[in-house]
Amino acid sequence: MKDKLVALADAVSAHIRDGDGVVLGASLESNIPFAATHEIIRQGKKQLNAIAPISDASTDMLIGAGCVALVTGAWVGNVSGGLGHNYRRAAERGEPERIVVRDHSNFSLAMALTAGAYGLPYVPVRSLLGSDMVGSNPEFRPAVDPFSDPPRPVVLVPPLEPDVAVIAVPRADRFGNSHHWGNAGLAQEAALAAGRVIVLADEIVAPDVIASDPGRVLFPGFRVTAVCHVPAGVHPSPMVGRWRRDTEFFDDYHRRSRERSGFLAWLDEWVLSLPDHEAYRARLGGRLEALRITGEALAAPVNYAAE
Amino acid sequence: MDYSAQEMMIVAAAREIADGEVVFVGMRLPLTAFGVARATHAPNAVGLFECGLARYQPADGVLHTMGDPPNQLGAAWATGLAQVMGLLHAGRVDAGFIGGAEIDRFGNINTSYIGDRANPRVKLPGSGGAADIAAMSKRLVAIINHEKRRLVERVGFVTSPGYLSGGRARADAGLAGGPAAVITDRCILRPRGAENELHLATIHRGHTEAEVRENTGWALKTAPDLAETPPPSEAELAALRRLDRDGFWR
Repeated sequence: MKDKLVALADAVSAHIRDGDGVVLGASLESNIPFAATHEIIRQGKKQLNAIAPISDASTDMLIGAGCVALVTGAWVGNVSGGLGHNYRRAAERGEPERIVVRDHSNFSLAMALTAGAYGLPYVPVRSLLGSDMVGSNPEFRPAVDPFSDPPRPVVLVPPLEPDVAVIAVPRADRFGNSHHWGNAGLAQEAALAAGRVIVLADEIVAPDVIASDPGRVLFPGFRVTAVCHVPAGVHPSPMVGRWRRDTEFFDDYHRRSRERSGFLAWLDEWVLSLPDHEAYRARLGGRLEALRITGEALAAPVNYAAE
Repeated sequence: MDYSAQEMMIVAAAREIADGEVVFVGMRLPLTAFGVARATHAPNAVGLFECGLARYQPADGVLHTMGDPPNQLGAAWATGLAQVMGLLHAGRVDAGFIGGAEIDRFGNINTSYIGDRANPRVKLPGSGGAADIAAMSKRLVAIINHEKRRLVERVGFVTSPGYLSGGRARADAGLAGGPAAVITDRCILRPRGAENELHLATIHRGHTEAEVRENTGWALKTAPDLAETPPPSEAELAALRRLDRDGFWR
């Protein structure tokens, strides 16, 4: 198997191109790969399609940094803080740039990625019936269920095949085989639908560790393009068994991003003035250590014996 | 007995959950309501979270988001969004709770755009799972602060469908279910009659019909059996305050 372990900067540089559709944060509020968001901003990627069901400030940061032309998502803002100020400025005033928003619900985005993952030409849903999102997102098509009698309306959701999915996992081996536990959101669908997959592993473990429990593999290494070892790469979002959520950090971002000038100062302090995530962790210092989950609530072992 | 407006809303929301039901509980106020329902009249209710979690017992400890580690520890199910929301889409979820920036007389909810969509005055965060929950749960319960700018004649953008233009419009659009209750800090509105228009159903103690009407953006009709919302019982309030150890809702 091919060793795919590379530095995050190299993975972003090699595998994310201007104009790409990039999934950043597929699990809603947990496991958001903020380290990759920051690296994308540092490298000045442009015209991205930012894809996430609920990005919890990650999409807002990318928009404010001028990396985004298109937003494909169900909810953009700051979950504990409130509205996304950069999102608002871009959508309301074109600052720093105009963005196009492709409205989704959580379920329609799930079905778009499912269609992308399984090669379905579309998924008919009832979930969007009656919503003005059918219209605001021109990709949704009203249709009639051909199997229904009397005829029943459905909405066709076309497939979404992102160029790149960046997925954070608690542990992976250097070949990209990735373990996950806790809620997964759309992480599996995103990884299966995407052209390239970048894994942010909180810990790199021996291949035996992953192979000991194939049922916990979210996606196998052969679907993975690059693996990056980034401890706390999800900060300030939480990761089960590893990191608590840094809600104060989200709140601070929310306050400081209220004005464009405040956002730019925040961006300089936490992203642009830092060479990499190691420096980011060093700046967090004891604050990061205080977020580390040190308790244990271990699952019972399972037996895979064949005889 | 002394209680806050928010405690009244939580208890009212808890009463919308029947025993054994499977409900989308969201965060904050409805999540606390789920805990109160479990601890009082609905010990077998099940709570679902869009991120891919199901729980019997509410989490121990403060949650800022549904994906926080305390919500994962001891969950009944940790899975994907599609599995949990797929149950909803299949019509297997009894009730869902959502909030919103604006709601109208037919229970349609806007969390997307205030003003012109191409040039919005305010770009709101969007649907999240709200449109799915409004469309596909058997009963929708909306929770909103009772202000004239929030309870409007007609929302400018329907993110989450209620009864649309009223009457049979929702059924004609292909949807079952619909809003069963709108819980505000002043009262509870419920749909009534063939038009499915929201009517004033019960008023919380300390509020008046005139005041409710004054703070509603349409000519609000009153149900003929208008009553007072039963105030929180001792058991309900005790259950709520056991969950609300820090007094956030008091």
